[in-house]
Amino acid sequence: MAILGTINPLLTVGWNGDAGWRLQEYVQRGGYKALRRIIEEKIPAAQVIDEVKKSGLRGRGGAGFPTGLKWSFMPKGEGEKYIVCNTDEGEPGTFKDRDILRNNPHAVIEGMVIAGYAVGAARGYNYIHGEIWDLYKRFEEALDEARAAGFVGKNILGSGFDFELNAHHGYGAYVCGEESALLESIEGKKGQPRFKPPFPAAVGLYNKPTTINNTETFSAVPFVLNMGADAYLAIGKQNNAGTKLFSVSGHVNRPGNYEIPLGTPFAALLELAGGVRGGRKLKAVIPGGSSAPVLPAEIIMDCTLDYDAISKAGSMLGSGAVIVMDETTCMVRALERLSYFYHEESCGQCTPCREGTRWLYEIVHRIEHGKGRPGDVDLLRGLTTNIMGRTICALGDAASMPVQGFLKHYRDEFEYHIEHGKCLVPPEVQRAGSTFFKATV
Amino acid sequence: MLTTESIQKIDREIAKYPADQKQSAVMAALAIAQEELGWLPSEAIESVADYLGIPPMAAYEVASFYNMYDLKPVGRHKLTVCTNLPCMLSGGVDAAEYLKKKLGIGFNETTPDGRFTLKEGECMGACGDAPVMLVNNRHMCASMLPEQIDKLLEELK
Repeated sequence: MAILGTINPLLTVGWNGDAGWRLQEYVQRGGYKALRRIIEEKIPAAQVIDEVKKSGLRGRGGAGFPTGLKWSFMPKGEGEKYIVCNTDEGEPGTFKDRDILRNNPHAVIEGMVIAGYAVGAARGYNYIHGEIWDLYKRFEEALDEARAAGFVGKNILGSGFDFELNAHHGYGAYVCGEESALLESIEGKKGQPRFKPPFPAAVGLYNKPTTINNTETFSAVPFVLNMGADAYLAIGKQNNAGTKLFSVSGHVNRPGNYEIPLGTPFAALLELAGGVRGGRKLKAVIPGGSSAPVLPAEIIMDCTLDYDAISKAGSMLGSGAVIVMDETTCMVRALERLSYFYHEESCGQCTPCREGTRWLYEIVHRIEHGKGRPGDVDLLRGLTTNIMGRTICALGDAASMPVQGFLKHYRDEFEYHIEHGKCLVPPEVQRAGSTFFKATV
Repeated sequence: MLTTESIQKIDREIAKYPADQKQSAVMAALAIAQEELGWLPSEAIESVADYLGIPPMAAYEVASFYNMYDLKPVGRHKLTVCTNLPCMLSGGVDAAEYLKKKLGIGFNETTPDGRFTLKEGECMGACGDAPVMLVNNRHMCASMLPEQIDKLLEELK
């Protein structure tokens, strides 16, 4: 799918679906210029890191950690180091990295090579979500092109700098989106997260220092360096520099990816996405992927889309996955499906998560099916506080935050289900609202 | 037990990693074995482990952890339908129900003629194209309305 709409686009300029992703087209759009300049002008690695730092670029995978700062954590000097790209995009609602690989894989490659140069790494891997085989193959093709043109491999552009890059294909495990589980997975093991600290910058892939960034983050790096940190910083708003891809799904007329500057009002994105389906009323929005607490319409309609504003409203910008729900949605049913997902995807390593996610699902399931018990709402709340902060990775928190968000804003719907054994929204209305839908692209 | 062609593919995967890190190729090697055999019997898992020089249990741990590996036989065409929330809001559940009715089977079942296996999937990272389904782990189908589902089933002999 092509990008469906933009406001002041940067990353998606010139995207042309399946027709414009090859090396030649990327170079025509100014691709590999940033890498070429670094090599030709022999720009010191520290200066590249400083420029990325100064640009205010923050990680686009969910946590929003400053990219330049992350790079600066890597030990200086010689030694085996790695660059890893996280394209294990499986957070429900998120589908932006897939489109980056489809439309502009060379931007990711260029960003990774530059990162390798900046931190002194000679090898890199792009971990690609198992379900997108065709784009894994496309990325490998793009890598072949980049190798043949001297942008990847030994002695890049005659500089003496070597950087070998490969793709690693996942095979279906949400938890591998967590960076240390992803490293385990590249090492050929079960994707079970590691204790942190030590962080990957100290002990990463094959126990060597490793920088891991999201696909969109790497793809932004060439643009940041071409336009300069100050110009990038000027897009968006303070502490929220640049543009971001937002994946809009659910009850809108035009589900798809949109690139807008951070700080754009939610209402503007909703309009780009064609508004709520069938002229119905907006009920709620999950603003940053399924782990982010849900926000009712009246709150989200007043928000701008940036890390600070969404956090202030009580949720997270996360990966920029905006799940839109209209008035036909039963919030108990919506949460039931999300809770099933976390239960299914818990890696089983930590007891609070393995057992807790099962209980969260089973309790929401019984409420949804008319068998809720008085006190279930408080039981759910108590479970979340006993899971959060008590696990090795953030999956336990990710499973708990949606429960807390749904209960905070829609407690009455849960209570109604428990008391009456049925939903406030009649089943036929729910069904009609979420049935087969043909998007108006 | 693997064909020369599969072994060649596995060798290409091994070459991606440092020489002392052959285990890194286990995920790809298992996927290649599954592609050849249709599923992963324990002998296949063991021969992958042998080839990579790792304990069979290490390969089995991987095969049983990632959910796109099939440790039991499946039909010629495995259809995995996403019913997660974003898909659910755009007909993902209806698509699953439509398939169940049409094929006369439930999730994790195979049609008596061995043609189709139906699976419920988790997020495939394609929510904007909902309803989505994956055919044999490899081919993602977007906007699967009844007409498109009928066409797909017709094509998959």
